[in-house]
Amino acid sequence: MTQAALPAAKRWSSARAWAAGLPLSGKIGLALVLFWLLVALVGPVLAPYSTGAFVTYDVFEGSSPQHWLGSDYLGRDVLSRLLAGARYTVGLALVASLLAVVTGTGLALFATVSGRWIDESLSRFMDTLISIPSRIFALVLIAAFGSSLGLLLLILALTYVAGNYRIARSLAVNLDKMDYVQVARARGEGRAYVAVTEILPNMIHPLLADFGLRFMFIVLLLSGLSFLGLGVQPPDADLGSLVLENLSGLPEGALAILMPAVAIATLTVGVNLLIDALPARTRRMGGEG
Amino acid sequence: MADQVQVNGLRIRAVGPQGCEIEIVRDVSFSIPKGTVLALIGESGSGKTTIALSLMGYARPGVRIAGGKIRVGDLDIRALDADSLAAIRGNRIAYIAQSAAAAFNPSLTIMRQVIEPALIHGTATKADAEAKAVQLFRDLALPNPESIGSRYPHQVSGGQLQRLMAAMALIADPDLVILDEPTTALDVTTQIEVLRAFKEVVRERLATALYVSHDLAVVAQIADEVVVLQHGEMKEKGAISQILAAPGNDYTKTLLAAARPAERPGASAAVSEAVPLLEIRGLAAGYGPIRTDGLPRTTILKDIDLTIERGSALGVIGESGSGKSTLARAIAGLLEPTRGQLLLDGAPLPSRLTERNRDQFRRIQIVFQNADTALNPSHSVARILGRPLEFYHGLSGPQKQARIFQLLDLIRLPRSVAQRTPGELSGGQKQRVNLARALAAEPDLILCDEVTSALDTVVGAAILELMAGLRKELGLSIMFISHDISTVRAICDEIAVLYSGRRVERSPRAAFRTPPFHPYTDLLVASVPELRPGWLEETAAAPGASAEGSSPDPAGDLCVFRARCPVCIGGICDRLPPPLHRLINGKDVLCHHTEEGLGRLQRHPTTGAAA
Repeated sequence: MTQAALPAAKRWSSARAWAAGLPLSGKIGLALVLFWLLVALVGPVLAPYSTGAFVTYDVFEGSSPQHWLGSDYLGRDVLSRLLAGARYTVGLALVASLLAVVTGTGLALFATVSGRWIDESLSRFMDTLISIPSRIFALVLIAAFGSSLGLLLLILALTYVAGNYRIARSLAVNLDKMDYVQVARARGEGRAYVAVTEILPNMIHPLLADFGLRFMFIVLLLSGLSFLGLGVQPPDADLGSLVLENLSGLPEGALAILMPAVAIATLTVGVNLLIDALPARTRRMGGEG
Repeated sequence: MADQVQVNGLRIRAVGPQGCEIEIVRDVSFSIPKGTVLALIGESGSGKTTIALSLMGYARPGVRIAGGKIRVGDLDIRALDADSLAAIRGNRIAYIAQSAAAAFNPSLTIMRQVIEPALIHGTATKADAEAKAVQLFRDLALPNPESIGSRYPHQVSGGQLQRLMAAMALIADPDLVILDEPTTALDVTTQIEVLRAFKEVVRERLATALYVSHDLAVVAQIADEVVVLQHGEMKEKGAISQILAAPGNDYTKTLLAAARPAERPGASAAVSEAVPLLEIRGLAAGYGPIRTDGLPRTTILKDIDLTIERGSALGVIGESGSGKSTLARAIAGLLEPTRGQLLLDGAPLPSRLTERNRDQFRRIQIVFQNADTALNPSHSVARILGRPLEFYHGLSGPQKQARIFQLLDLIRLPRSVAQRTPGELSGGQKQRVNLARALAAEPDLILCDEVTSALDTVVGAAILELMAGLRKELGLSIMFISHDISTVRAICDEIAVLYSGRRVERSPRAAFRTPPFHPYTDLLVASVPELRPGWLEETAAAPGASAEGSSPDPAGDLCVFRARCPVCIGGICDRLPPPLHRLINGKDVLCHHTEEGLGRLQRHPTTGAAA
């Protein structure tokens, strides 16, 4: 075994041990999350047809060997569109929630180790941001600038920065009072060291849970925006816009509308289950320590 | 007399980290005759609380009672189901926990909580229970027994809360009262009041009690018999006088030795250089906005003058809230003093952290009381020790590694500890690492804030031993902050007594044992329990703090102790600031009384025996 492979193998086995320690609901959640991540990663490659291709003259067709999930309101292959759409939803939500959490936590740490005035002004600014209803905010921005992927990403991230900032700041402020942080201060350490090395590692667990929550909120917000026609624009589609465009198939109970809805549901429920399992896990690890 | 409690061959098992069961209590047997007090004594991890809880039929999650017989009164505890256990808990068997502050619900009145056991078990009507509670409050020497019940827990002091908890336990006249370290978290002056109240009430009501403690001196005052435990095994059992006078077991001897710290000769204390290592002049510190007179709104420390000679140890004692820790924080630069000056080697030391340079940081290191919070739980020991090495001395790679191992050798920990995180170490090991981090900086002065308070006596004694050795080896100066007079007396060359943020006495070690003292020091010294039964009865009751008795002090320069002072002079102490005078044995005392006056007032029968 090479030297690089050794820690990788070790990490893999510890990850497996971690997954094995999750309760059943957590394992189901983890499986769902991994499944959707995989779909987002390789889905478009596996898609049997091109996203925009009209493949049949029957609209809202049922399941058939050619079209596993039937066809949509224009006679396009639902499976192919779902595989492509999952990438938008998962990808956009992942990048947006990462952006929100990194920015929010970064600002929170900065506010904690900086003086009172920076902390105050940043916190009040975040309070202002959090008081704007997220959907209205998104609608206004899209109305002003038109819908594009970049703008969507920005809106989604911006909407959830404030919430994450609040949580991260309250965690960091508590940790900042811990003796080991005081010791580091009395040692003469700089602010950046205190924030990144002393405080951050001890708030990573609750932050992970928060990240999962934000991810889920963003999936729902994005789906909502797309449902209103303000999200990802045709011919591309994310899960939310798939539901919108096939709305007329609802009375027939068409797979074309059911499957995207099921996809959104399983993704959010999966993330939710995984998050719910996380705090218990952290607590047990704390108890052992 | 029939035994009220009988425990035979008790075995308790716990699920270990690998899922296999380990026995944490092995074959423990004892009995408690009616109306007597049995003490379980041992260090943390000796299983004393586990045994105490098992008498109520309770085992913590992951723990089960595996064998043996437990009989309380006529009940076979192990044969009872959950419902019958619930019916006897708080009724036939009552439990008094270590921290009363955590055991009371802050949003209910005291009376409601005290009579709750009687109401739940339906042993008395509300009116009867309240009348009985008031009687208990009176027996426990609580102030205003009629009205204290209508207050909320945060409105009474810690010592009072502990006694109120005893009232709660005794309200249903239980067959057995379990007291789990009830005075450990209290100051000595409060502890003596609580002990006296406990003893009184136990004797009057003929209560049978199990007293769990790690403190032999406390146990000596209250218990009739003692069971000494170590690692879940009984080491010795016997009457308290026999255990103290003629311990038959080596472990008991170790415990006894640790309870009486041996005096360590000061390091090269004679080196009296012209310039002291650290000089503190007129220091004031506190919290809140600074008023026009230069003091903060909440003043914690005022007019503190102290010097620490190179290579010497200064002890700072006082009860909780006296400003001891604030003093350490002010010196370390964590709290900016509002007045006064710090001189390091004669050169002014900036009070703000940002204005100090790296060398000044290095020369003063602070060691906090609680190693659980003082070590970053997500860093390994090597990283914790390595940081000051690279930060102050620029060490890296193998050099740093070698120095880390050297430090671990110095604090007598195995080198394998380096890769572990603090969560995987015991309390004593953590405190050693905490100390080693300060040593890694190669400082001139270490500020030790209650470093042994959270540790068992035996472990604490080992840490003190280590520090005394290091001091001699490395020529360190130490400021040793503690509420424990005997430890301070044992290791310090000079002792300062703080009360309410004022330095009321400064004394060289040689003079500290003998009166005259400042009246507060006198109270402190008299409150430390001695290792012999009967001490509690001989010691005169100290007057409790009475907020009502204190006169207004707008300028804030009257004697801070006057409200509790047994020898307060009316018309002088409440009108004039006390003078600081130097006594003939080298003490500085902040008091109106003259040396002869204090000497006359402080002829205790017990002080001579202590010295």
